[in-house]
Amino acid sequence: MAILTEVIQHYNQWVTIFLMVAGLYIVIARGNMIKTLVGLSLFQTSVYLLYLSPGKILGGTPPILDKAFSVYSNPLPHVLILTAIVVGVATLALGLALVVRINEAYGTIEEDEIVDMDKDGHA
Amino acid sequence: MMQHLPALQVVLPLLGAVFCAFMPRGAWAGAIALAVSWIMPVISGLLLAQVLQTGVISYHVGGWPPPMGIEYRVDILSAFILMLVSVMGAILMPYARLSVAKEISARNQPYFYCMYLLCMTGLLGITITGDAFNVFVFLEVSSLSTYVLIALGRDRRGLLAAYQYLVIGSIGATLYVIGIGLLYSITGTLNLVDIASKLQTIGATAPVLIALGFLITGISLKLALFPLHVWLPNAYTYAPSVATIFLAGTATKVAVYLLLRIIFTVYGVGTTSDGTPLSDIFIVLSVLAMFGASIVACFQDNVKRMLAYSSVAQIGYITLGIAILNKTGLTGGISHLFNHAIMKAALFMVIGGIFYRIGSANIANLAGIGRRMPLTMAAFVVAGLSIIGAPGTAGFISKWYLVSGAMEKGWWWLGLLIVASSVLSVVYIGRVVEAAYFQTPNGEAEKATDMPASMLLPTLVLAAACIWFGFDTRLTADIAAQAASYLLGGAQ
Amino acid sequence: MSSSGLIISALALPAFGACLIALTRRSPNVREGITLITGAALLFVVVQLFLAVSAGERPEASLITVVQGIDIAFAVEPLGMLFALVASGLWIVNSIYSIGYMRGNDEPRQTQFYVCFAIAIASTMGIAFSKNLFTLFLFYELLTLSTYPLVTHKGDENARRGGRIYLLILLSTSMLLLLPAIIATWAISGTVEFSVGGILAGKADGAVVGILLALYAFGIGKAALMPVHSWLPNAMVAPTPVSALLHAVAVVKAGVFSILKVVVYIFGIDFLSSSGQNQWLLYIAGATVILSSLIAMTKDNLKARLAYSTVSQLSYIVLGAALATSLGIVGGTMHIAMHAAGKITLFFCAGAIYTAAHKTEISDLSGLGRVMPFTFAAFFIGALSIIGLPPTGGLWSKWYLALGALEADQVIIVAVLMLSSLLNIAYLLPIPLKAFFGTPKKKQKTSPEIKEAPLACLIAIGITSLLCVVLFFFPGPVYDLASMIKLR
Repeated sequence: MAILTEVIQHYNQWVTIFLMVAGLYIVIARGNMIKTLVGLSLFQTSVYLLYLSPGKILGGTPPILDKAFSVYSNPLPHVLILTAIVVGVATLALGLALVVRINEAYGTIEEDEIVDMDKDGHA
Repeated sequence: MMQHLPALQVVLPLLGAVFCAFMPRGAWAGAIALAVSWIMPVISGLLLAQVLQTGVISYHVGGWPPPMGIEYRVDILSAFILMLVSVMGAILMPYARLSVAKEISARNQPYFYCMYLLCMTGLLGITITGDAFNVFVFLEVSSLSTYVLIALGRDRRGLLAAYQYLVIGSIGATLYVIGIGLLYSITGTLNLVDIASKLQTIGATAPVLIALGFLITGISLKLALFPLHVWLPNAYTYAPSVATIFLAGTATKVAVYLLLRIIFTVYGVGTTSDGTPLSDIFIVLSVLAMFGASIVACFQDNVKRMLAYSSVAQIGYITLGIAILNKTGLTGGISHLFNHAIMKAALFMVIGGIFYRIGSANIANLAGIGRRMPLTMAAFVVAGLSIIGAPGTAGFISKWYLVSGAMEKGWWWLGLLIVASSVLSVVYIGRVVEAAYFQTPNGEAEKATDMPASMLLPTLVLAAACIWFGFDTRLTADIAAQAASYLLGGAQ
Repeated sequence: MSSSGLIISALALPAFGACLIALTRRSPNVREGITLITGAALLFVVVQLFLAVSAGERPEASLITVVQGIDIAFAVEPLGMLFALVASGLWIVNSIYSIGYMRGNDEPRQTQFYVCFAIAIASTMGIAFSKNLFTLFLFYELLTLSTYPLVTHKGDENARRGGRIYLLILLSTSMLLLLPAIIATWAISGTVEFSVGGILAGKADGAVVGILLALYAFGIGKAALMPVHSWLPNAMVAPTPVSALLHAVAVVKAGVFSILKVVVYIFGIDFLSSSGQNQWLLYIAGATVILSSLIAMTKDNLKARLAYSTVSQLSYIVLGAALATSLGIVGGTMHIAMHAAGKITLFFCAGAIYTAAHKTEISDLSGLGRVMPFTFAAFFIGALSIIGLPPTGGLWSKWYLALGALEADQVIIVAVLMLSSLLNIAYLLPIPLKAFFGTPKKKQKTSPEIKEAPLACLIAIGITSLLCVVLFFFPGPVYDLASMIKLR
């Protein structure tokens, strides 16, 4: 029973791990380049949760100095994750741009088809 | 001015990149990139001199003292790597003008230089910063610009290579952030030195070691440790020549630097060698890289691809030096990091020059090129000998340290494996040399001449450096030895 | 000039000559003039050093420190002095011969040939004067690399294949075995400097000594100890002057010289013989002597037969080293000079026959002696020297080798030496005899236009065959140098 409580209390970690593994699975299992990028995004997003959830204290407020509040949440993870979100968006944008160019050059966005095309064309 | 040098080192290429992006013509952007690349070594040279004289430089970004603020921290190792990266850039840029003009469409040329400078910013930033999350940001700056660099060529296969690298690289960076996140929740700080001191009181608990696993795996993807190297051959083969030279000379080296930082500065030798099988794993993977990748290299028909596989093998030597975990071995690893950068850059420059002349890097088209492009191929032979590790070349020095490091530990078999794998490089370098000198030229190669002076000179400089550093080891092995004892002594 | 300056100039002269040769490629006469002048200047410098060494001096020179306190440094001692004297002296003779041969055969890429040759000689000087194993290794590899273009000189598939085997065997043995041996020596004793009495004594024991000796003996692939000898016959695709100087003198002698040097100055003969680990090396060397003589008998190609003869003769010197007695070392050292004079004569003759008559097979030589009497007379003298019969210098080195074997109570080795001399007679003497007294085959009559080889070739042949005889009557300088080697 104690273990169960332990498990449930850390539900935020379980969500993180689930998203992480799911994202990674999609990256590995899907040949469609857009889907791969979706998986990659999911994988990166899971990290946001990893950072943010320990930084939040239940009942804590934003760190505004005021006599009325004595419990603050840690602001640093939020700042870090803002940066990470920017990086994630940039990665996604670049990835999508590459997929567009690949689609123009090859006429498909299925990775295995592209690999086959290069094998025939440039063997 | 002098005390702001660490910031300038990163800010200058960043500003240059912004300017490049708005230039209407490639040549103008190239001029900016050239100017910036030539100022960089001056700054890093001053930093290195300062470090050698007065010890570690700590620069507080925005005036916020660590561990709260971001700290730029230049010690002997980072000064050494800064020097390497900026000197590579300075030598490469004069070479770049003609090669870029030939291999990249006019519209994209300003962006190429912009991305090159951004990549430089990222690499220098990783090296100079003392903040774990800042490392991630710079890592992504350099990675994102690298993906663009690879995709900018005219070969459509470059797009696929860039895409594959983007996926793998992002996974690697994310794994790194996960590791940092775990460390942050354990120690409550992001400053590398601060983490290190906190970890000493916490000890090697399970979460600490799990964080290490994430960090190492993430970085290993970036530095193309066998078998996480799959992105590298395609990326190097299909990227524009200048991008390949730059990546081969700097990007993987900076990743190795990061690995050194994490293993030695943050965790310390005690934690990594006693608590984990890290050293054993690295030795096995490095040896596999040295042999596996070299054997694959022997069967490549595209010389660029062959050299890419050779890079994977050579990275094996560097990580092996780290895994030996004694001063001599580490000295070998760090000096090989430097030596391999110059010799592999020289080799890729030669291939870039041949591509410039005959439009191919296939070994079949290289027949007889040695007589048509004598100076170019002479540079190839010299740098190739250095890869093999012939005495009197830079490569020999690092192998000497590696082998004696292994023998000091009593690992005779490892010493033998190191020299045995060098013989494989005789085969793949020899194939090119034999085709270039002892076959009759055909097709384009027949009327080829040496590459233009602006490309030839940087190549010859690097080739000469391969020999120079085979004799004068003050700048390589001596500094590497200092860095090695600094790392093994811990972060204090 | 100071003695260290002499050492540096012995290295720098041929290297500088190589540059000049490359610059004067447009004018063959100037180019070959420079080769000869460089050779003469080098010989002058080496003789100066020889005089200094005879007077008891031991000149030294140090360039720079490379790794962990190991310098690129040079020190002249009698053994290296003899080797340098032989190589530089024969270089001039060989250059004269090369001019005749290369012009006579209209060989392509002659400038490249002379440049590589000069670099090879510079490397040889570096090997001869090296003060430590590190320097030796550096020049050893440089010698391999600079002779590779010479081996593949012809540029056809056959030459490329020969070159590939040459490079692969020599580089891989040196990197796989020799380099680890050097680093291990360094790890064990903390130094790699050649020192009187050796540096390993008391620091290594039984098995380690044996393993190290094996690494050295086979790692120095240039000594052509079986089974790493096969590069030598393959290197015979090179033009004959290359085979003559490099594969009878400079390259292979660099190999056996290195072995002698390692035995004397790294192991120390007392330490080696007391460890008993030299026994197996003795037997391997003895087996190489006999086996390669037997193989030589089966070869009809003249150069191939000479190549196997070289393999066999090299093992004489290895034998001398492996005996680890003072007389054995003297004999081995003397054999460096004696065999050089004899074998270079034989190769010169082979090249002269090729140039004049375009014949390479021994069975085609019958009757040729009557149109090329001078060449075959010289061949006869060279053969006598290899066999070790008077009036040639070869007698003396074999004499001391046999004495050395007796000193070490190795009767079997004495028997090997005797048997080998008989085999030498069997495979060498029939060649000139057939040439003088045999009748030409019907289908290939000796065409009347065959004359002696070009004059330059004949002069060179004359000098070396004379040298064989002179060394019989005046072996003094060679013996003195050999006996000056400090063994303990």
